Amino acid sequence: MHEMALTESLVELIEDEGRKQGFSRVRVVRLEIGALGGVDGEAIRFCFEAVARGTLVEGAAIDIRVTPGEGWCLDCAKTIEMYERFGACPECGRHHVQVAAGDDLRLKELEVE
Amino acid sequence: MCTVCGCGTSSVEGDTAHDHDHAHDHEHPHDHQHHHHHHRHHHDHDHDHEHEAHGHAHAHSADAASIDFGAGAAGVHVAGLSQERILRIERDILGKNNDYAARNRARFARSRSFALNFVSSPGTGKTSLLVRAISDLRGRFPIAVIEGDQQTSNDAERIRGAGAPAVQINTGKGCHLDAHMVGHSLEKLKLEPGGLLFIENVGNLVCPAAFDLGEAHKVVVLSVTEGEDKPLKYPEMFAVSDLMLINKADLLPHLDFDVSQCIANALRINPDLQTLLVSAKTGEGLPAFYAWLEGRAARWARANAPTAVAE
Repeated sequence: MHEMALTESLVELIEDEGRKQGFSRVRVVRLEIGALGGVDGEAIRFCFEAVARGTLVEGAAIDIRVTPGEGWCLDCAKTIEMYERFGACPECGRHHVQVAAGDDLRLKELEVE
Repeated sequence: MCTVCGCGTSSVEGDTAHDHDHAHDHEHPHDHQHHHHHHRHHHDHDHDHEHEAHGHAHAHSADAASIDFGAGAAGVHVAGLSQERILRIERDILGKNNDYAARNRARFARSRSFALNFVSSPGTGKTSLLVRAISDLRGRFPIAVIEGDQQTSNDAERIRGAGAPAVQINTGKGCHLDAHMVGHSLEKLKLEPGGLLFIENVGNLVCPAAFDLGEAHKVVVLSVTEGEDKPLKYPEMFAVSDLMLINKADLLPHLDFDVSQCIANALRINPDLQTLLVSAKTGEGLPAFYAWLEGRAARWARANAPTAVAE
């Protein structure tokens, strides 16, 4: 359940932005989660309700966009989309694929008032 | 409670008061470059972003990271949604941990300590491996250990019994060590120049994968009493590790564990992973582990020689 620690970091980060940018309430939190990042969006939602209580982000909706992973197929010598760590190349079916992107976890945007 | 690291529930052994200060020192040297309907914001985060989709009226506040959709002539941009702003944030949620990890890494470089982060599920024999490694390597390297567990200081006591200084971190409810906890424990541990630092993470094959502690390498330990498909079931940990130790080799005659299948599975996740079959009990395979360790430590020391490191 490292989603709990991640959600705590997320709320801390939003409070930090609130102090800097002077907003007192957050309506929507937009996150981007890489498909290969091993972070479960549903677990983030679950933790968020508990962690957000009593903060300026309490009651906010969470909008999560899952970004596809990206790999480099050594055999096809091209970039491919990946949805699991040990996914095969969709073109050639082999596993000579290096993960290039898709394990990020970013706070993209806030709708605040 | 410290919500950065959840360390309201964690404790570093020997800590009576939890009196750390979080350095909230994010600088925002905003550099505005306003173009009509093509806004570029530069700030200290490692990105630029462009807004081209917003064709409707919106004004920029003094803060470059905010776009005020409510600052038009009518004060609103959509009826009924007053005073609402959309803020572009673009921050990595693990960014704070990564900042602390970078500080730890710089500290290891300054004290010339080669740090390894041992990760595994509970019960693979990490502590037994470390105890054995300490007694075998003590003559060659000064060794210090950071022990992570949810509760008890049993492991730190075992390490001290083997003759190495150890600090126990109890994470409380936490399922992993983070870089901030490790930074704290470094205050209590004297790192000898040219020495080794073993960090034994909380037994958990999932969460510690996401948290960089500033180590030179992650070493994942798997034991032959587990399934050989563990690398496929828990791919993250094998993807971020540089060495896999398959421990309890002495039990192989009694088990159906297929070593080569296990290695094949691990290489499917991480083609660069190195693998060694070892037994902390009999010492089988450990000379190869020590050779790996010495080779990597020497390479790391060259890469982090004082001239290459900014103080």
